[in-house]
Amino acid sequence: MKITYPYMGNSHIAIKNLLERLGNEVVVPPRPSKKTLSYGTQHAPEFACLPFKILLGTYIEGLEMGADTIISTGGVGPCRAGLYTTLQERILRSLGYEFDFITLEPPSRYLNALYKNIKKIINRPMTLKEFWHVIRFVWEQLKLFDMAERKSFEIRPLEVNQGETSKVYRECVDIIAEARTIEELKEIKNEVIKKMDSIDRRKDFEPVKVGLVGEIYVVLEPAANLEIEETLGELGVYVERSMFFTHYTVSNAIMDLFHLAGERNVKKAARPFFNEMCGGHGRESVGNAVLYAKRGFDGVIQLSPFTCIPEIVAKSVLPAVAKKYDISVLSLSLDEQTGKAGLRTRLEAFVDLLFKKKQKKEGRFA
Amino acid sequence: MSSFLGVDVGSVSTNIALIDEDLNLIEKVYLRTMGKPIEAVQKGLKILKQKISGNIDIAGVGTTGSGRQLASVIVGADTIKNEITAHAVAALNIEPDVQTVIEIGGQDSKVIILRDGIVIDFAMNTVCAAGTGSFLDQQSNRLNIPIEEFGKYALRSKSPVRIAGRCAVFAESDMIHKQQMGYRLEDIIRGLCQALVRNYLNNVGKGKEILPKILFQGGVAANVGMKAAFEEALGYEVVVPEHHDVMGAIGAAILARDAVSHKKSTNFKGLEIMDANYTVDSFECSGCPNRCEVINIKMENEVIARWGDRCNKWKNIGV
Repeated sequence: MKITYPYMGNSHIAIKNLLERLGNEVVVPPRPSKKTLSYGTQHAPEFACLPFKILLGTYIEGLEMGADTIISTGGVGPCRAGLYTTLQERILRSLGYEFDFITLEPPSRYLNALYKNIKKIINRPMTLKEFWHVIRFVWEQLKLFDMAERKSFEIRPLEVNQGETSKVYRECVDIIAEARTIEELKEIKNEVIKKMDSIDRRKDFEPVKVGLVGEIYVVLEPAANLEIEETLGELGVYVERSMFFTHYTVSNAIMDLFHLAGERNVKKAARPFFNEMCGGHGRESVGNAVLYAKRGFDGVIQLSPFTCIPEIVAKSVLPAVAKKYDISVLSLSLDEQTGKAGLRTRLEAFVDLLFKKKQKKEGRFA
Repeated sequence: MSSFLGVDVGSVSTNIALIDEDLNLIEKVYLRTMGKPIEAVQKGLKILKQKISGNIDIAGVGTTGSGRQLASVIVGADTIKNEITAHAVAALNIEPDVQTVIEIGGQDSKVIILRDGIVIDFAMNTVCAAGTGSFLDQQSNRLNIPIEEFGKYALRSKSPVRIAGRCAVFAESDMIHKQQMGYRLEDIIRGLCQALVRNYLNNVGKGKEILPKILFQGGVAANVGMKAAFEEALGYEVVVPEHHDVMGAIGAAILARDAVSHKKSTNFKGLEIMDANYTVDSFECSGCPNRCEVINIKMENEVIARWGDRCNKWKNIGV
């Protein structure tokens, strides 16, 4: 069995480790590129969203590289993503590919199926203790990726030499990727902190703070959002993201297993504006915007794939949040475009506005 | 007396403004980019030089517009600013109490909301260019009416026809269907203006508090039909500034003056650049799966700038 899976942020490295340690051969998906998009747009329904197209393209690339099994996560809607694996499977079959498609559904409703599917991907004899050890290692690795990324968000707006943080961060990702044991990860953690902290920083500059909210794939995958975090950081913005892979997994899969609503505080924060769930991450986008505002952030940027219904709903609610909490909101629609100029124009203007408003608030504006 | 140059390289037009130290406009040039931004900048400078007798002492240069990066390496800019900030700066310069700027250019449209002299919100069309200058251009071509006359037709209409406005393709087919049924051109054009304004307010202006004073800038502001349709829909007076077509360039020139006053010197390469030989070529980097399209900008066969790579590997080599 040769497994391939979706590409999202740095998670592909940890997922590769997971699958290999469970005894599978793995076809690591390539970073989404023009080729991925071309495959995706060619075979997807025209009105499907960007994540659908990127994932479909990724699967085609994986199958072309010799994979015979695709593993992905499902969902229960009402966001279309809940149906995506089914539709993608049909499209791929109609293109003549032969493969197994394993969809991991949320545990609260499909625990039995999930259990069966997990058993499918354990392909070597192992004790429960060994299994648990693998899970722990992968989890620690994912956490370390997230930590390094968070640190890059803090340092980037302050860097003296533009581009240095991104360079050091990429080196850190490579080092974390090489780890083989939990003990190594502990050492690497210190190394990562040391490397990042040694970046030359400005002391006389205070960045503006922006929270990123929106649909999970375009928020987490830099290839889908044209590296928005890097661009913002280099414009002098401290970015905080409402979603990280580890956090998301805890609040949406593990808590779900025990029938607990994940991200309760976020949902509560959204309530005065948005009381119903509308699928996807629409309500979370609003709730997180409220939380950022309460924490004194200067702005919120909402990222949504073009035609994404949950985010369209959130987009029309966000101006009310902006007004009530006096926080600036910028909504961006992402699609196939790979030209960064348009995005950059909007981000530059938004950042200009945030700095001016901040100066004015602090009484430094003549 | 020293002057400041603003260069706004847009998708459809390239605009140049020259202002004096007191921010008064000395001269302006408005020409079509025609898909060749470098040539447009060079040609624009030539026209500017011809228009001005005597010496021009340019003490600072600013660039803006979607081609601002490219323009900045050609002219040697002191400041490179996005067009939203540039338009807001220019608007505040002529009207300190402005609260709303409506700007419609060749391919984008924006709304800028200001309060107490600072920008507090803005929006720009993201995925649809319906209602922008290129579409109006195309329609005036199709109807064989000079673009300068287009708006006047709308003003002559007494009962506008309803045209679908959410998408340029829908709008065009709707216009054609109504034209083939025999409706008067004036009524169709006025209906189109109303549809485009509706689309603008629903799309770009959604959720924004549009309050007077309202300035209408950009090439499309020349269209009196659009101005009237905005006034009708908003219920406020909409002011079209005298130099509405080059407001972005004026803003860039003002920003250049500010930038130069801090650093006391200019990067301007001189008007000679209008005769220099610029070439561009590009290649696809095969260093990683990103396959970035890297562009070389060359002046007299020497690379003066290079970009397009995500990792910055090429950006600084050989420049």
